[in-house]
Amino acid sequence: MTAEEIFRLLQEQFGEEKIPGANLEARDPWIEVAPEAIVEVATFLRDDPRLLFEHLNNLCGVDYFPPDPKKAAKFEHEPHIEVVYHLSSFSLKHRITIKVKLPRWKDGQEGELPEVPSVAGVWAIADWHEREAYDLVGIRFVGHPNLMRILCPEDWEGHPLRKDYEFPEEYHGIRVR
Amino acid sequence: MSMQIDDPRVVEFDVRTDEMLVNMGPQHPSTHGVLRLLLRTDGEIIQEVTPHIGYLHRCAEKIGENLAPPQWIPYTDRMDYLAGMNMNLGMALAAEKLIGMEVPEKAMVIRLIVAELNRIASHLVAMGAYGLDLGSFSPFLWGFREREIILDLFEEVCGARLTYSYVTVGGVTHDLPEKVVIPPGLAAMTGRPKSETLSWLEATSLFLDWLQPRIEEYHTLLTRNHVFIKRTANIGVLSREMAISHGCTGPVLRGSGVDWDLRRDGEPIYTRMYDDYDWKVIFAPFEEAPPEVVVGDSWCRYFVRMLEVVQSIRLVRQGIERYPKAEGEYRLPYKMNSKLPKDECYLETECPKGQMGFYFVGDGAPQPLRARAKSSSFCNLSITSAISRGTLLADIPAIVGSLDIVLGEIDR
Repeated sequence: MTAEEIFRLLQEQFGEEKIPGANLEARDPWIEVAPEAIVEVATFLRDDPRLLFEHLNNLCGVDYFPPDPKKAAKFEHEPHIEVVYHLSSFSLKHRITIKVKLPRWKDGQEGELPEVPSVAGVWAIADWHEREAYDLVGIRFVGHPNLMRILCPEDWEGHPLRKDYEFPEEYHGIRVR
Repeated sequence: MSMQIDDPRVVEFDVRTDEMLVNMGPQHPSTHGVLRLLLRTDGEIIQEVTPHIGYLHRCAEKIGENLAPPQWIPYTDRMDYLAGMNMNLGMALAAEKLIGMEVPEKAMVIRLIVAELNRIASHLVAMGAYGLDLGSFSPFLWGFREREIILDLFEEVCGARLTYSYVTVGGVTHDLPEKVVIPPGLAAMTGRPKSETLSWLEATSLFLDWLQPRIEEYHTLLTRNHVFIKRTANIGVLSREMAISHGCTGPVLRGSGVDWDLRRDGEPIYTRMYDDYDWKVIFAPFEEAPPEVVVGDSWCRYFVRMLEVVQSIRLVRQGIERYPKAEGEYRLPYKMNSKLPKDECYLETECPKGQMGFYFVGDGAPQPLRARAKSSSFCNLSITSAISRGTLLADIPAIVGSLDIVLGEIDR
């Protein structure tokens, strides 16, 4: 199936509210999914005989935020966080990218991590990928069985792949920079 | 004093042990790097395995956000340091996909030769280290002796033995050398004079001619070894469904019976490298497997790698034939300050350990807004807990070793 057909099928199935948009001209065409609908859409993507996206290639977070305040005026995106799901199908040999857009902070309150339902129940590997996205980008996956840091130590502060992350001076008395 | 026991289960109950937490690693030799496994055991039976990773985390993704793609190449061969060429290739192709660049045929042939040679080297280490995990020393020495010659050949190509940074955006950094001194290991093994000079391609094909008949010896030493079969067959069985759901790729996925290899099924920018080459995808089940073996066990994963070595030899041989006729340059120019398009792309390639993915989000600056490296070993390691439950403590090295993980890639 082409990305356009997948997009039409999803909109037919879930309506425009849950599938707000897509970019079919991108190098890897992507479809946007509303955060609250991600689990049912993911289950449909995996199980529908026309789609069969049984393989979650990659799941990661992207922080859209101007890294340099001087260049903020040129920055084309509204500051936000994206969770990107790259899917492929072994049996039907097609690929698609799914995106969920989130605010940088929950309810605009700095320090409160944005939330999205976990898809660890749909693809088992999402468990570890979500832990990594939580650790490095700072996204809270609601319903995740064990949302702990995976690469950084458990008592690490902050989420390093955030664009406004500040490196700590020291960690347990060890100079870090 | 003698004691009569009517019911043997009473004793069983009597000596029942409490659960115990055993810490394996992060400096354990058979965890293949700095991996810490927290084992919850009941006697010798494993109840749960919790892998703890991150000891080798070097913030590669954060660094990638501050570098132009060609500058990030040296960081990629420090991910899977046993297959630097394949990592370079994956990253270079992802960047080329984003830029919309297609490399000339000559660059593709060179890339194929080095990538497949590196796959052989990586699988030889996997085989050798796996033998070592199971208490057999010879395969390790043999595997490293053969690999040494590949490293010598790579040293002639790019000067480095492990961290090559040879495949880069636009092609490769140098053309293949015309005259090289025969690698000392190869001279010793083939009985040629040590000072003999020959072209790099001749040296490579001489090496392949010598390597191919040796593979049968590895099969005698390990594959069909009774002890080895006892330790690996029907141990750590990974079902097809579980492999797919846990995102396993590479030999782990193919060992579970899925016919999938990105060199054939991947995106055109990658598969065009392999167009018109004669080779086949290896996957379980195997006709020659011993009767104890079931699809998806440790033996199958090991055997997939061994057969892939043969396929890689075939591919390199065909590459060597094509190189003199290949058209175009070995590299297209790419400036470090070229701006990346405002687009994004994700590309996976078939590395020896599995499918390594690179994801770039361009933002009109020379540096990407986001550089992501999705590791195959990361996904392959995540099944450890599921396939180790109920096995014996001594089987843990056999299971983890069969996954062939490399921690540099997991932690990035």
